[in-house]
Amino acid sequence: MVESKKNAVYSILVLLPSVILLLIFVYGFIGNSFYVSLTDWGTGAALRENPVKNFVGLKNYRELFTGAINARFRQDLINAVFYSLFLVVGTLTVGLFLAILLDKGPKGEHVLRTIFLFPMALSFIVTGTIWRWVFSPKGGVNLIPTWFGMERGKFLWLSSREQVLLFNWQNILQIIALILFVIFALVLYSGWKNKKRTQITWGAVLSGVMLFYALVLHNILPPILPYEESHGFSLATIGIIIAAVWQYSGYTMALYLAGLRGLPVAMYESAKMDGAGDLTYYFKIAIPNMWPITLSAIIIISHISLKLFALIFSMAGADNASTGHPSVLMYLVTFRANNFAIGAAISVILFLMAALFIIPYLIQSYRARR
Amino acid sequence: MKKGLTLMLTLLLLLPMVTVWAGGQQEGGEAATEESASADVPQVKLDYGNASGELEIFSWWAGDEAPALNALIDLYNDKNPQVEVINATVTGGSGVNAKAVLKTRMLGGDPPDSFQVHAGQELIGTWVAAERMLDLTPLFESEGWMDVFPQDLINLIGTENGIWSVPVNVHRSNVMWYVPDNLDKWGVDVPESWDEFFEVAEELESQGVTPLSLATNWTVNHLWESVALGVLGADKYDALWNGELSWTSAEAVEVWATLDKILDYTNDDFSSLSWQQATDLVVGGDAAFNIMGDWAAGYMSTTLNLEPGSGYGWAASPGTEGSFMFLADSFGFPKGVKNPAATLAWLKNCGSKEGQDTFNPLKGSISSRTDSDLSKYNDYSKSAAKDFADNRIVGSLAHGVTANEGFMNDFATVMEMFLKNRNPEQAANAAQAIAIQNGIVSK
Repeated sequence: MVESKKNAVYSILVLLPSVILLLIFVYGFIGNSFYVSLTDWGTGAALRENPVKNFVGLKNYRELFTGAINARFRQDLINAVFYSLFLVVGTLTVGLFLAILLDKGPKGEHVLRTIFLFPMALSFIVTGTIWRWVFSPKGGVNLIPTWFGMERGKFLWLSSREQVLLFNWQNILQIIALILFVIFALVLYSGWKNKKRTQITWGAVLSGVMLFYALVLHNILPPILPYEESHGFSLATIGIIIAAVWQYSGYTMALYLAGLRGLPVAMYESAKMDGAGDLTYYFKIAIPNMWPITLSAIIIISHISLKLFALIFSMAGADNASTGHPSVLMYLVTFRANNFAIGAAISVILFLMAALFIIPYLIQSYRARR
Repeated sequence: MKKGLTLMLTLLLLLPMVTVWAGGQQEGGEAATEESASADVPQVKLDYGNASGELEIFSWWAGDEAPALNALIDLYNDKNPQVEVINATVTGGSGVNAKAVLKTRMLGGDPPDSFQVHAGQELIGTWVAAERMLDLTPLFESEGWMDVFPQDLINLIGTENGIWSVPVNVHRSNVMWYVPDNLDKWGVDVPESWDEFFEVAEELESQGVTPLSLATNWTVNHLWESVALGVLGADKYDALWNGELSWTSAEAVEVWATLDKILDYTNDDFSSLSWQQATDLVVGGDAAFNIMGDWAAGYMSTTLNLEPGSGYGWAASPGTEGSFMFLADSFGFPKGVKNPAATLAWLKNCGSKEGQDTFNPLKGSISSRTDSDLSKYNDYSKSAAKDFADNRIVGSLAHGVTANEGFMNDFATVMEMFLKNRNPEQAANAAQAIAIQNGIVSK
């Protein structure tokens, strides 16, 4: 008993410095950013020695989501969603494909593994500079058709202003509600299938609320913007997405390869005995068994997708709105326009987005441990 | 036990947030009282003793522009051998990176002894408004600069409370570049108004030539200011910036509508090009004209080895003959510098005739003084210097003279919106909104 108490004191003493530093430099500054985002720091003399900061509540957030001159923030937010989505889907698919190929143990597997993993060792600035050349309008990939005697490609990979999947920002809440409805309906379905009562209740209530909002409430409530504003998927982001997928597929490949190698050989052999082909084995047995790996890959990649700043900055430049990302906008608003409060509000929103990805993971791993 | 620990940890996590919150609020209170107290402006003193020790000069003049800065530093060292100059450059065109570094240094209480800044609102709206600069009026008076710098220029780099920086050079923004031989070949003349330009542009397009080459985002803002000056004229252009002309007025909308028409005659891939590549299009004969500041003259003379006048030609951008839209790099005197004597000597060096005539021929700009020795400059610079002496001088938006950094940044966003939907009315409304938000127009 005495021994364990002594141990406890020691462990607290050892941990204390890092805990204190974390409290100040991570949580303290997150708190400070949040506080700044609730002020009007930035109008007028922002860089004074003792700047005037008046508390304005959630005004900055309201401005960002509904203010007339913050349309770029809203487009950047949409871009961020698409960046995350395509980056996760792209890296998982390509990484899995490469992992399966390597799992078959081809000649020179070691060399190939290193080659595929290598891009991850480069910084975003380096890959960004290379890919900017690849996607330049009068060179790089646009020249490929000329090899076959066709005309040079005309697509502006990084500066196209075209958008597809257009929607009106006034309907954003309705769209979110419909997406949530689908998710909760799936929860309801799986609860019904597994006969779990609490899951059924929650699924039914939440999907009902979402459907009610989307179909009834949304049409009654006043619109969030006084005018129509269209946003969509910017085609210029494709170039950035390709570069990012190229850089991080090797990483997901390594994760999946470790997963495949970690599966018991008996599983493969018994599947073979039962007459399963390679396709059946990988898709019906291996992938479902690697779910924990897929989940952690999704979480890591979606965090990387929030840190695309350097890649976008070096490939397309900070001012190029069609490839914009909230992190780039945060830099512009804070360090170029001296609007510290709005910049802080954008960073808090980015922080919440990151939390959105990590909290379900934390909850799950906590439950698993119990 | 476990629950207690979790609770304690949570409380510990919340504690710094609360203290920071409270601290922040207190800060606000103090500042508010201080603001009313500091009405008088601290001025530069003319006697700090002998210059010695170290002098840190902060700028973004690396690469092509480094030789000019080094020549200026050498001249300073000749006059002040006791001082060791630390040349702190942060690369990045137009100071995009340097400005952010400077802000963190100033906020951290570690100002460089003097820093490069675009003269005008970029300095005034950020650093003068923040009360971090000294008024240089006594220096201007004692050095006799009041008479050698044009009055229009002094008005634009000062406020009613003082003069805030010493300009070391002057660049012209509203210049249209072309290759004379090519124009002869295509059988067109240099247009003197935008209406003439549209006629010429039709002719050029029929021959498969891009009428006007354009480059990345900021060059569109650069084009906008030339169009605005051409459409509005100097008086109304100035009126936009002092709040007398509304951004939603018919004339202001006309600027956007003209820009909209011009954009139809530009290269499609402009957002992916650098300004040098846009100049290359003109030099290579793919495009007829390009509107760019006169650093393009430096690029064409020095890098491309073209002869001013025969290799490349220039004219005021359409409709702006008789106006000189300027921008200038300048150095100011931050409060609380470590070595004020050396800083004062540096500013004297920057503003001196000798200093300016050493720096500018290398930089490709002209002296901001009206008494410079023109024999040291090339033909383009001589013509620019002549125009600077007798033209009406107005300030550039894209390069920080007429509007503060908040407006400049927001204007780039408005321009992006305009390039996407090409709606002049909407752009004018958005410009009015950001002008109000950034204090250019009162509500």
